[in-house]
Amino acid sequence: MNLKRFLIIAILLLAASNANAVLNIDITEGVEGAMPIAVVPFQWSGSTKLADADVSTIVTSDLARSGKFSPLPVKDMLAHPVTPEQIDFKTWRIAGIDNLVIGGVQLQKDGSYQVQFRLFDVLKAQQVMGYSFPADRQSLRYVAHRISDYIIEQLTGLGPAFDSRIAYVTSRRVAKNKIEYRLQVADTDGFDPQTLLTSSQPMMSPVWSPDSLKIAYVSFERGRAEIYVHNIRSGQREKVAAYEGINGSPAWSPDGRQLALTLSKDGNPEIYVLNLQDKKLTRITSHWSIDTEAVWMPDGRSLVFTSSRSGKPQLYQVELAGGRPKRLTYEGDYNANASISPDGKAIAFVHGDDSGFRIAVMYPDTRLLQVLTDGGQDESPEFAPNGSMILYATQINGRGVLAAVSTDGRHKQRLVLSDGEVREPSWASVKGSRN
Amino acid sequence: MKKIVLVGMLLLLAACTDQAVRDDGAVDAGAGSETGGAQASGINDTAGIEGTALAGKNYRVSYEIGAINDPGNILSQKIIYFDFDSSELQPEYAELVKYHGKYLALNSAAKIRLEGHTDERGSREYNIALADRRAQAVKRLLLFEGVNSKQISIISYGEEKPADFGHDEQAWRLNRRVEIIYE
Repeated sequence: MNLKRFLIIAILLLAASNANAVLNIDITEGVEGAMPIAVVPFQWSGSTKLADADVSTIVTSDLARSGKFSPLPVKDMLAHPVTPEQIDFKTWRIAGIDNLVIGGVQLQKDGSYQVQFRLFDVLKAQQVMGYSFPADRQSLRYVAHRISDYIIEQLTGLGPAFDSRIAYVTSRRVAKNKIEYRLQVADTDGFDPQTLLTSSQPMMSPVWSPDSLKIAYVSFERGRAEIYVHNIRSGQREKVAAYEGINGSPAWSPDGRQLALTLSKDGNPEIYVLNLQDKKLTRITSHWSIDTEAVWMPDGRSLVFTSSRSGKPQLYQVELAGGRPKRLTYEGDYNANASISPDGKAIAFVHGDDSGFRIAVMYPDTRLLQVLTDGGQDESPEFAPNGSMILYATQINGRGVLAAVSTDGRHKQRLVLSDGEVREPSWASVKGSRN
Repeated sequence: MKKIVLVGMLLLLAACTDQAVRDDGAVDAGAGSETGGAQASGINDTAGIEGTALAGKNYRVSYEIGAINDPGNILSQKIIYFDFDSSELQPEYAELVKYHGKYLALNSAAKIRLEGHTDERGSREYNIALADRRAQAVKRLLLFEGVNSKQISIISYGEEKPADFGHDEQAWRLNRRVEIIYE
């Protein structure tokens, strides 16, 4: 690409059976040098194309959203090959396409579907990958996201991210003095939003368990902050913390057996670790200042948290085995709310200065800090499960929306709720999310 | 025993409160009920309320039952405002808290809830902790004035329940607050 491309991908999302507002995704800033790829519209046989499960369109959107690819618009394609024999590699080469995806969706006699795709290296004129997946009406979209994850992994080495789900909190003013809060779960492209909890009181800090089967969150539904663990399959939930004072900032240990959380039951916000099996509580920090927003390092041996012990909020790291917390951030008066990359090498956080609050990323090895966003009220950063981008909450004209930025800051997209405001995103790991 | 005091710079920053008090002592209705509790507080639309200059206003100081609902009494003022990222009580608000402390110490059956709030800036959970510390700072001063800790409960809402939904300093300064709510 010789010019920075501004892609606007409007994904028409069919509302689910319930009246949930949907998230619409706009890619606001593309990337110079993203890999050119063509995803030829898949051929449907035995059935007409299902508008809400248009597999090749979903794959195209995911590839664009990854920030690593620049998919060729369908209208610019000179041919629509379906079989390998139909591919004229020379034409695609001339069109500047490096990689080509073809495929089809077949309705089976029993009403299920068979989805197959092939990925070709245009320069070498050979297939590099090809799969066939069984699917039903419901799982066609998941298969599409899985195809995206396969292609991205094959061509970039990045792990899977799209065949997963996100959780977030929405708020909507339903009367002058009444706000309705919802805890929702949707596919990573905003499709099929499901409501886990509706409340007239605030909900905060939803976070997926490592096996993607549960969500821990804070709810004020009973007039004070309490932490719940909600099983998304059964809908059952368990109250795990309702101590006097703050019950906040839940964070799952990598093995899913413990929750780090913030309690002020001893008079001051401190970080504790709760064993979810025996409910044993271990106090981790002990300082008269604010200690909160703990997250786990991937090895499960230490926590990164926000502390005002220097007078201003800064990030610190503490070993669970004991020892003094080590300060991680020095640049600026406000560094808070850390998210750790899956490989543990990068920390994203809220970085505040005179010009506002932005998402920054720091590599503790080098202490190099890079500000990635340019909003004024950016918060709640969360790494995608493959570490390639950071989902966060921002404001547009005073309205809360979600946004994502690639870890190099070059690719940006927005997820805007069709009605009301949205915040506090959490991105489930791919493992188990569809079981 | 009643006396009149001139509360100097008190509430200079509190242009809008949950009740807007005119100089004649009358109460502007429509700004939310005084004892509305968690449900109603914090989501009132204050945009239409005239900011009344309260500096230099004469307030009655007395501690009989019901004084807290008398708009001419200093105890009708129940919101304490803070600077950004600070839980330090400014002198004029420390003075206000002391009046409430005397009332609570004299009326041991009275109970209050301290609701801590912040503006929307910065991270949400940090703001929960910050708002908690603001409420704790008010509580400490009340205890110092002889209030029984059983009379005080605390809830921190962080940035979740703004008094003003605006996105500028004018809204933010009204949102960085602790509300004293008599139960």
